[in-house]
Amino acid sequence: MIFQSAKMALQSVLGSKVRSFLTMLGIIVGVFALVVLVSLIQGATDYIADQISGLGGSYYTVRIENDRGRPLKQEDLDAIMDENNSLAAPLKQLSATGKHGRESISLTLYGTTPVYADIGNLSVEYGTFLRQSNVENHNAVAVINHAAAIDLMGTLQCLGETFELNGTPFQIIGILEEDSSLASAFIWQSYVAYVPYTTALRMNLSTGASIDSFYLSAAPGGSLEQIREDVTERLLQRFDRDEDAFAISDNTAVEETMRSINSMLELLLGGIAAVSLIVGGIGIMNIMLVSVTERTREIGIRKAIGASRGTILLQFLIEALVLSLLGCLLGLLLSDMTLRLISYAVGIAAFHVTSSVALIAITFSSLIGLIFGLHPANKAAAKPPIEALRYAG
Amino acid sequence: MIRLSDICKSYVMGEETVHALDHASLHIHPGEFVAIIGPSGSGKSTLMNIIGCLDSADSGSYQLDGQYIEDYSERELAQVRNRKIGFIFQSFNLIPKLTAVENVELPLIYQRLPHRERQERVERAIRQVGLWERRGHKPSELSGGQQQRVAIARALASKPSLFLADEPTGNLDSKTSEEIMRIFHDLHSLGNTIVLITHDPQVASQAVRQIRILDGHVTEVAGQ
Repeated sequence: MIFQSAKMALQSVLGSKVRSFLTMLGIIVGVFALVVLVSLIQGATDYIADQISGLGGSYYTVRIENDRGRPLKQEDLDAIMDENNSLAAPLKQLSATGKHGRESISLTLYGTTPVYADIGNLSVEYGTFLRQSNVENHNAVAVINHAAAIDLMGTLQCLGETFELNGTPFQIIGILEEDSSLASAFIWQSYVAYVPYTTALRMNLSTGASIDSFYLSAAPGGSLEQIREDVTERLLQRFDRDEDAFAISDNTAVEETMRSINSMLELLLGGIAAVSLIVGGIGIMNIMLVSVTERTREIGIRKAIGASRGTILLQFLIEALVLSLLGCLLGLLLSDMTLRLISYAVGIAAFHVTSSVALIAITFSSLIGLIFGLHPANKAAAKPPIEALRYAG
Repeated sequence: MIRLSDICKSYVMGEETVHALDHASLHIHPGEFVAIIGPSGSGKSTLMNIIGCLDSADSGSYQLDGQYIEDYSERELAQVRNRKIGFIFQSFNLIPKLTAVENVELPLIYQRLPHRERQERVERAIRQVGLWERRGHKPSELSGGQQQRVAIARALASKPSLFLADEPTGNLDSKTSEEIMRIFHDLHSLGNTIVLITHDPQVASQAVRQIRILDGHVTEVAGQ
C-alpha cells in the first residue's frame, strides 16, 4: 500500500514539474544554506585543528603543585628520559624587556634545556638551539624568534651579536624559522627568546633551583600514553601517592576552545538555515492545500471506489514527503557542487558534505514534509465522498 | 440482496427541510436488472447514494448481501464500496491523470490484491468492454462512450455484487447509449445484479423491472 501510494505520489509530483519545482524551491534553498554553512565551518575547524596540533607536536605539561619537601631537579628529568623513551624539558616562563641600541620590546622569555627544541617542534633557521654546555655553564646566550630578530636587531644577520634582557647582556646563538602557520595567528606571542634554564633561574630570584613545571613528550618510537602512565606512577611514588601534588595536562586546550567556538557558530548558522527550511515547509503546505482543493473531485472518485480515509491521508502525506525529500536531494546535490567549487577556489582546505550533515538535512526535511503535509492531507481525507463528487472544479 | 425498509433522509437547504426519501422501502434480488426512474429532485440520487454506501440514512434499515449497513464505520463503508459496489456515473468520474489501465486498476490497489492478480483482472475487464487497444490512453484522449466503457471496466474488475449506474447514458448520444446499454445487458445475462438510475423512460424500459420514485416515495411500476 505504501509502495503504491509512493508511486502515485511520485506520478503526481512529476505530473506537474514546474509547480513541483517551485514548491520544492524553499526546501532546496533551505537545505543548501544549512549544508553549505555547516560544512564550511566544519571544514575550517578541521583545518585549524590540524594547524594547531602541527604547531606544538604532542606533549604534556607537568606542573608540580606541592613538592612535599622533595623538589624535582634536572637529574630527575634525566632519569625519566633514561627510563622511558621520552623527552622531558623544564620550562620557566618569564616576561622580559629586550633592548638593543634604541629598540626596546617586551618578549616572552623561556628558560629551558636543549631537549625542548624537539618537544616544541622548533626549527632553527640560523645558528643553533641551546646546547647542553650552555645549560651547565649558565651561559648568557639566547635563541630568538624570527619576529624578534627583525624588530629588535633590525636584521636576520645578527648571530653573535648581543642584546640586553632585563638589563643583562645576552649573546644571540640562534634564530628560529618564521612561523607562518595559521595557528600562530591565534596563539599570539610575537616576540620570544629561549635561554638556558639555569640562566633563567638566576634572572628570577624568587624561585629556587627546583623545577616546578616541565614538558614531556615521546622520543621517536615512544608511546605518549605509556610515558604519561609511567611518569604519573613515578611522581606518585615520589610524592607519597598524593594525587594533588602534581598535574599533567595536554596541549589540546587551544584546540578544544577552537572547536567549541566553532560548534557554537555551527549551531547558530545552522539554526538560521533551519528557519529557512521551515519557510520552505510552509511553501509546501500552501501548494498542497491548493492541490487538495483542485483535486476534490479526484478525492471523491477515489473514495467512491473504495479508498478509505487513511488511504487518502497516506497518499497526500507521502506526496508532501516526496516533495520535501526530492527538494532535500536537489539541495544536497547543489551543496556538494558548491563546496567542491569553493574547495577548488580556496585551495587550502577540502570542504565536503559530511554524512552527518546530510543526515541532519534529510531528517529535518522529512520532518518538515510530514508536519506541513499533515494539515492538507487531513483536509483531503476528511472530505465527504458525495460532496467531493459533486464538486465542479 | 438489497433490502431497504422505511428509509428516511432529509436535508436542510437554507431554511427549508427537504425530505429526499420518505419511508422508502425497496427489495432487489440477486441477478436482477432494475431501473429506478424518477424526475430530477425526486430523491433518486439520494437513494443511489444510500444504496452505494456513499451516504447513510437518517432512519430505517439497509441490508446489503444480508449485512446491515447502518452501523458501519467510515472505514468499513469504504471497504463495502470497494468490494461490493461497482459505480458507473453519468460523468464517468475517471481520474484524468491516469491511463485507462491505471483507472481500472485503482480499486484493486485499494483491495490490496497482489500485482499479478491485478494485471489479470484489469486485462480481462478491459477486454470485456472492448478497449484493450486503447488501454494506454488517458480519459481526455478517449470519446465519451469509450470513457464510460473504461468506467464499466473499473466496476467489473473489482467483481462487485452490485453494479450501480447513475444515468450512465446521460452524457452520450443515442448510438453510443445503445452500445453502453448492450454492455449492461451482457453483464445481466452473465448473472450480475444491476441497478440503473435514470430519468429517461426509454432507458428504463430496457430493464427487467422498473421502480418509480417520486417525492421520496417508492412505487413498483412493472415487473416481467
